[in-house]
Amino acid sequence: MSTTTAAIDVAPFDAAAIRSDFPNLSREVHGKPLVYLDSAATSHKPQVVIDAVADMYSHHTANVHRGVHALAEEATDRFEGARTRIARFVGADPRGVVFTKNATEAFNLLAHSYARKRLGPGDILLYTQMEHHANLVPWQLARDDAGFELAAVPVTPAGTLDLDVFAEIVATGRVKLLTLTAMSNVVGTINPVAEMAQAVRAANPDAVVVVDGAQSVPHLPTDMDELDADFLCFSGHKMCGPSGVGVLAARPEVLQTMPPFLGGGEMIVDVQLYEASYNEVPYRFEAGTPMIAEAVGLGTAVEYLQAIGMDAVRAHEITLLEHVIPALNDIKGVTVHGPTDPQARGAAVSFAVDNLHPHDVGTVLDREGVAVRAGHHCAKPLVRLLGSAATTRASFYLYNTTDEIEPLCDAIRAAQAFFEV
Amino acid sequence: MSLEDLYQEIILDHYKKPRHRAPELDGYDVVVHHSNPLCGDEMDLRLRVADDQSGQRIDAVVYDGDGCSISMASASAMTEAVVGRDLDDAEDLAEDFRQMMHGEEPRRDDDLKDGVAFQGVAKFPVRVKCALLGWMALKDAIQTHRAGDAEHEVTYDQ
Repeated sequence: MSTTTAAIDVAPFDAAAIRSDFPNLSREVHGKPLVYLDSAATSHKPQVVIDAVADMYSHHTANVHRGVHALAEEATDRFEGARTRIARFVGADPRGVVFTKNATEAFNLLAHSYARKRLGPGDILLYTQMEHHANLVPWQLARDDAGFELAAVPVTPAGTLDLDVFAEIVATGRVKLLTLTAMSNVVGTINPVAEMAQAVRAANPDAVVVVDGAQSVPHLPTDMDELDADFLCFSGHKMCGPSGVGVLAARPEVLQTMPPFLGGGEMIVDVQLYEASYNEVPYRFEAGTPMIAEAVGLGTAVEYLQAIGMDAVRAHEITLLEHVIPALNDIKGVTVHGPTDPQARGAAVSFAVDNLHPHDVGTVLDREGVAVRAGHHCAKPLVRLLGSAATTRASFYLYNTTDEIEPLCDAIRAAQAFFEV
Repeated sequence: MSLEDLYQEIILDHYKKPRHRAPELDGYDVVVHHSNPLCGDEMDLRLRVADDQSGQRIDAVVYDGDGCSISMASASAMTEAVVGRDLDDAEDLAEDFRQMMHGEEPRRDDDLKDGVAFQGVAKFPVRVKCALLGWMALKDAIQTHRAGDAEHEVTYDQ
């Protein structure tokens, strides 16, 4: 799969220069320099992305695909240009790239326009125990209507998928849709998506594969063919882009067979008073005026990441992991969840601090300027498995440096000292 | 606003030496389960009610759960403030605490006992719901009991 990284041909990576591209990173919090370790929740935006969004509103405000005037043409060119660029970024066909408001909406689209229509009694929709709620709840809702079965690949204590149980479920030949995250948002695990996709297809040629790329696309080189995915869902705001735009990337030939999700303008060819015929893909799935400036901003974010190189981003994050995992494990009472091998995981690092609740850890860290996430990370089935209702998560991105690991560890020690645990 | 404003000595004391924290209560009349999915806090609260001449009073109250120091310490302080009180009176005290969490001066600061130590939490908006968890569970337990029921579950989805 595309998620392993070769350590060769990596361009020189200048994290300090990259940091200067992100205006938020130079601010202070509670009088301390901001140490932002919550990029798995949302990333900061480089100035070029902020400028691209402002430029759309300052100079090219018009609706897309409808006007005959110059501004409408400019807006449409930029919007469609972003679609093409984003498609190339993940190895997709632009005709299969649908703009949604986020990854969550992309899953809901698939649950409605694919699972509800194509799966029924006797079919299994297979997901995993490490999925985000966005990759659980839409399918549960569709199951209630369509009557297919849900099954989940369990997670081992090491934080990896139990592939033996996976093989048993697949051997039934009834798995008609496999959906899984390429990278866990809680424990960072990188899953063997392509191997699992091939196993499912071998057992049932009609099966389709959905990949949650919300965590992987921002951090790993991604190619839909290498993933062997029919559908790939991801969000713009976690990859240096604006909030309000996400992507469903699909094989156009599969998308073509699917009925619309939302109805309205733009998604139609013709509308009579009592019926309508639907537009070609991807426009069939983009009802109403889309998030024009946000999509253009995401296109710019993709250009920004491409200029740095996703191999370089991945290599940088492996370096960060090589430092942060031992540093956290060295703190008495701290346990890092998930794989310990940086090659096997992404840079979302959840940990437990003995006798301290993540909410208290998060509050103390915040007073030290260190921003982390405390909670269940919208992945309750996995967090419960880790033996708690919540974890503390430090998640890193291209703009983080090894210099930020010490403030994190110091803040954790400060929390332990404060609560005398 | 410093950490010490949030985590006063009294709060840390209740966290480390919880009062009336127990998974069971002999002869309880009502049990409620409250959870806050946002932070993963979970709490069970059990109430035993006694009848006396003037009405019904809280004979015993225990809580148990999984949550941050603020939620657990606040529940501990709550139990000390309400045990022995009439149900109406305890409910009024819970309301006073709620208003204090929204920035009001408490009307009954003496009655709130150690609960007044949580006044500083109002300045940490994301932690207000933690401090309220036990008090809201108490209020719900009283109302559940009045409705003639013995069990109730509440999930906060904000």
